[in-house]
Amino acid sequence: MRLGHGARILSWAMPVLAFAGALLAWDLVVRLNGIPPFILPAPALVAATLVSDWPILSASLWVTLRTTLEALVVATAGGVALAVVFAQSRWIALSFYPFAVILQVTPIIAIAPLLLIYLSPDAAVLTCAFVVAFFPVLSNTLAGLTSVDPNLRDLFRLNRASRLAELLRLRIPAALPSFLVGLRIAGGLALIGAIVAEIAAGSSGQGSGLAYRIVEAGYRLNVPRMFAALALISIAGVVIYGSLALLSHVLLRRWHDSTVARDG
Amino acid sequence: MTSGASRSAATPLAAPAAISLIGVGKSYPSGTQALDGLDLVVRQGEFLALLGPSGCGKSTALRIMAGLAAPSSGTVERHIGAADGASIGFVFQEPTLMPWARVAANVRLPLDLAGVGRAEARRRAEEMIERVGLAGFGRAYPRELSGGMRMRVSLARALVTRPHLLLMDEPFAALDEITRFRLNDDLLALRAAFGCTIAFVTHSTYESVYLADRIVVMSGRPGRVTDEIVVEAPGPRTAAFRGTAGYAEQCRRAFAAVAGAAAASEPR
Repeated sequence: MRLGHGARILSWAMPVLAFAGALLAWDLVVRLNGIPPFILPAPALVAATLVSDWPILSASLWVTLRTTLEALVVATAGGVALAVVFAQSRWIALSFYPFAVILQVTPIIAIAPLLLIYLSPDAAVLTCAFVVAFFPVLSNTLAGLTSVDPNLRDLFRLNRASRLAELLRLRIPAALPSFLVGLRIAGGLALIGAIVAEIAAGSSGQGSGLAYRIVEAGYRLNVPRMFAALALISIAGVVIYGSLALLSHVLLRRWHDSTVARDG
Repeated sequence: MTSGASRSAATPLAAPAAISLIGVGKSYPSGTQALDGLDLVVRQGEFLALLGPSGCGKSTALRIMAGLAAPSSGTVERHIGAADGASIGFVFQEPTLMPWARVAANVRLPLDLAGVGRAEARRRAEEMIERVGLAGFGRAYPRELSGGMRMRVSLARALVTRPHLLLMDEPFAALDEITRFRLNDDLLALRAAFGCTIAFVTHSTYESVYLADRIVVMSGRPGRVTDEIVVEAPGPRTAAFRGTAGYAEQCRRAFAAVAGAAAASEPR
């Protein structure tokens, strides 16, 4: 609200200018030093490669995106379901939460080779993406479900609300903001998980996602394509994060204070 | 209005008890003794103010009346049916609204939880929203309302089940004085209309004298009753009542009683 019209334009223009400046600097470094494309391609060459290799890259982008989204959906469903179960019983939570923590703190790159032995490459990649995306959904949703305004809980108790009514009418709506924070983190992590697993799988000659293209292009010293695939991964990550942030804003704008603060 | 005035004037001090706390004590695992040997009767139809300094256990007493806390010792006798939402309305110090629900849904909540039919619940909530002066705000979200309006929503939610007993825990303490005075008047009007018994926790002597038929003064560490004042109000309680000598005199008495109670609850 405090931002004037000019300031609002600047708040868009400044990052765009900074980004353009960085590209320009990159281009100048390549030109002035005469760096060959197989070491560092200029931004224009990366863009050209993106266009010329689009048939291959777009197919790979689709594979990676589908894995990421499938993993995100399963992680969201599983994380929310488990959080609801944990919120119902302290003992279940105490007993099983450590498993979730162990899964979270163990680097996924270390688990991937095992999963590739046990599962088909596609299933292994999906599982890796799921494992890393699952925990933020679980922990954030659980925190939301268990930190309800105590007065509101008293009100429900006073009105003899059943556990189910309390869950549906109080805990779940109250947990929505922190669930959405978890979802936003999970979206980024699902992509990372998918990429990491693809690299692990790709080195054994399987898979066809963007990370596999990077590994493959690396063997052939096709550095421009490596950069093009990398750019696609970054754009995919930004789009996923942006969509989830937008979803969060749409769901919460009517009632949650975080959406007010964002205007300021 | 005349029926309301005569009804409150006719509230006999010997009316049967709505709720009695007998020798109630409350201690917490930390060792804090919040209440000790508290004897307190809320009589049917009366407006009782629980007045005392901060931390004297008056809120704890109210929670025990509501059944939200169990006494560590002593007994609670309820003569208003079971301790449930249908017979007890509770207004918290904060409006305590569900921020994700519109005003109408917030007010309707106790009816929804009690399994009242949708159409019926909607109609009763709508009516109560009008009664608290918020007609037309049913579709607003709590965030869009002022503090005073939120408290009105909270009041409507407490009254929507037409409770026998309304328990209020410093409900207007966070509001500015003008808003508080208006809500005081509206509360008296609602009470006259619905005829419910009210127990009202406050630390404002002015508010307690303005609203209550009877003031019970409490002191803390541990919480107990130290004084009782029966408020005399010859006419209806309107803004004019605040200007009378009788009001000032009773405020002075209440203030002296609270000052005494506060001195008694200084840490020793």
